[in-house]
Amino acid sequence: MAIGETIRNSQIWKSIFRHPMPLDRRNRIVVMLTNFFLHLHPVSIKKQGIALSFTWCMGGVTFFLFLVETVTGVLLMFYYRPTLEWAYNDILALRDVTSLGILRELHRWAAHAMVITTWLHMYRVFLTGSYKPPREFNWVIGVILLLLVLLLSFTGYLLPWDQLAIWAITVGSNMARATPILGYEGPGQQLLTIGGIDMITDGSDARFGLLGARFVGEETLNRFYVLHCIAIPLAAALLMAIHFWRVRKDGGISGPL
Amino acid sequence: MHSNGLFLQDVAGFLGSYYISVAIMNAVAAFVLWQSKKQVGWVVCWLVFSGVMLVLASLALSGSAELVPALPPMVRNLVNALSGPVNYTLGTTALFSMLFILRKFFVQPMVAWTILNAMLVIMGLSMADENFASIVMKPDNVPIVGLVFLLAFFTWLATSQAVVNDERIKQGLPPMEKLNDEKVLVWPDLVYTELICMVAVSALLLVWAIFLQAPLEEPASSVKTPNPSKAPWYFLGLQEMLVYFDPWYAGVVLPSLVVFGLMALPYIDFNKKGNGYYSIEERKFSYLVYQFGFFELWITLIILGTFLRGPNWNFFGPFEYWSPYKVEVLNNVDLPQMFWVGLFDRPLPLAPAGASVLTQVGTILLREAPGLVVMGAYLLLLPPLLAVTVFRKFYAQMGFIRYMVMSNLMLLMFTLPLKMVLRWTLNLKYIISIPEISLNF
Repeated sequence: MAIGETIRNSQIWKSIFRHPMPLDRRNRIVVMLTNFFLHLHPVSIKKQGIALSFTWCMGGVTFFLFLVETVTGVLLMFYYRPTLEWAYNDILALRDVTSLGILRELHRWAAHAMVITTWLHMYRVFLTGSYKPPREFNWVIGVILLLLVLLLSFTGYLLPWDQLAIWAITVGSNMARATPILGYEGPGQQLLTIGGIDMITDGSDARFGLLGARFVGEETLNRFYVLHCIAIPLAAALLMAIHFWRVRKDGGISGPL
Repeated sequence: MHSNGLFLQDVAGFLGSYYISVAIMNAVAAFVLWQSKKQVGWVVCWLVFSGVMLVLASLALSGSAELVPALPPMVRNLVNALSGPVNYTLGTTALFSMLFILRKFFVQPMVAWTILNAMLVIMGLSMADENFASIVMKPDNVPIVGLVFLLAFFTWLATSQAVVNDERIKQGLPPMEKLNDEKVLVWPDLVYTELICMVAVSALLLVWAIFLQAPLEEPASSVKTPNPSKAPWYFLGLQEMLVYFDPWYAGVVLPSLVVFGLMALPYIDFNKKGNGYYSIEERKFSYLVYQFGFFELWITLIILGTFLRGPNWNFFGPFEYWSPYKVEVLNNVDLPQMFWVGLFDRPLPLAPAGASVLTQVGTILLREAPGLVVMGAYLLLLPPLLAVTVFRKFYAQMGFIRYMVMSNLMLLMFTLPLKMVLRWTLNLKYIISIPEISLNF
């Protein structure tokens, strides 16, 4: 008896996988229904719906890149300390000393790739008119996810704490200073005064809320680190779950009616 | 020439393997075509081209800097001289329009392949220019080069399917996607595709990570401002808009409108056709608006902001040295200035010192009257005007609210290209300028 068969007949194996190998039609259906990771998919699907020339696989690739980012990101968190003393040096060590320093390259390039694949996914969904009823709301969720991808990338950009990082974030976050009414250089902020005292100053405006300070400093590093590693990924994970669920509930992968 | 020689020696190895890859790519294409026993003329063509690429590769790898294939300096200078924000924007618009109008011609595989090869050769020849390479090879800019090629490929892929579908629909046939109605099991047909995709993406990422080191510059210093200071590349389209608008509009309001507009899209687009298959003819209006927004107002601006904007956010040609001493004349004028001073030869209305708030507000309104009238007409008069003319059918089908949201979003989107044109032609800086409440538009 082959060793593989012994394993597959053992109680442990059978307790994990509640079905035989998906070799015949029946078990190929059963595997989709009984496996947690696979049950996201339907059991059968239109051949057209999974043609690569039709879907480009960009949504799937984006999700895979999110998983890559999660795994490499968690590992990078073991090495990296988000403080002014250590942030830059830890990244330097990742490049020059740490054995698996390539994790940083993987993380950064997968992040860039994720921005691109998100755009391409959205482009495909537009070109096939797949945002039309009944999928309108899932498109809206997709737009929020696009925003979260950009914010994830933006908050991560600061963490190496080099010149490239802080000036890119400075330029980007300076925009918040000009928010109408709520930015201290924005139009109309002069109107928010009580008894001659400005309510909106550089210590209380939208940019201050974003940076946690009047300029990109240690508070910003901490704030962006938490947003990057915890807050935004959690929000994205929740919305992704809804996004995928809605794909199924709104009629599956789109196709001509 | 000598300092350039060092650079060419550095880049020669890369260029050599680059041309070899292009040669292999074309040899494979020739082989595939030959196997299918069609278009024998093209087989010869790609084989010859492949040979030429091998010659370029051997020139690049010859070890002599003079032999590395590059664009002649005359051509580079000409390109630099011809490029500027105006020509760039008009040129890309013309290019996209041509690709769209002649799409039936451009989607033919052999035409598309020719264009791809041309892009690759131009890219290779340009990489032998030190100024070009120093910008394009910046690690964080490499993804944009990838984005350009990916967008070109996927646009071709989508358009070629749309062209076929449009032709079929004209003949009363269902779209191609409808033909393949057969259902298959997700295991193995989909899960294996997903697995292969995951392996391919992982391999690509690993190769990318091994060959290109992530950037790490000097430690952060809040007193040493780099020139130019740029946002991350995906926001450079927004940064480029700052040339034409103040940050409150270019950096806050317009991006929010982009997000809002994208979210509103499925509720605005009432066209039931074109759901679930590639088509252009059936939804020309929404297609053109989206493509204009995505390509002209997002992607080309990112490329402009990344590759062509240097120190002081001045424009530099693709082969130009980014000199921080380049001076550009800024002689932009506000609309009130043009109106009161230019047209009527009078000073700008000014409230006397110590005037009441009401007088001050009145004076400001008078001063800004021309801009307020222009903007009022643009945002308040145009929507109803369009509703009874160009968008008559739309208005009838969409209803008041839906139509107003659509027309206002469109008009706000077109503020950007309109302001660009006004800047280039009239040197117009602001249409409305009320520094009293930091409101410039």
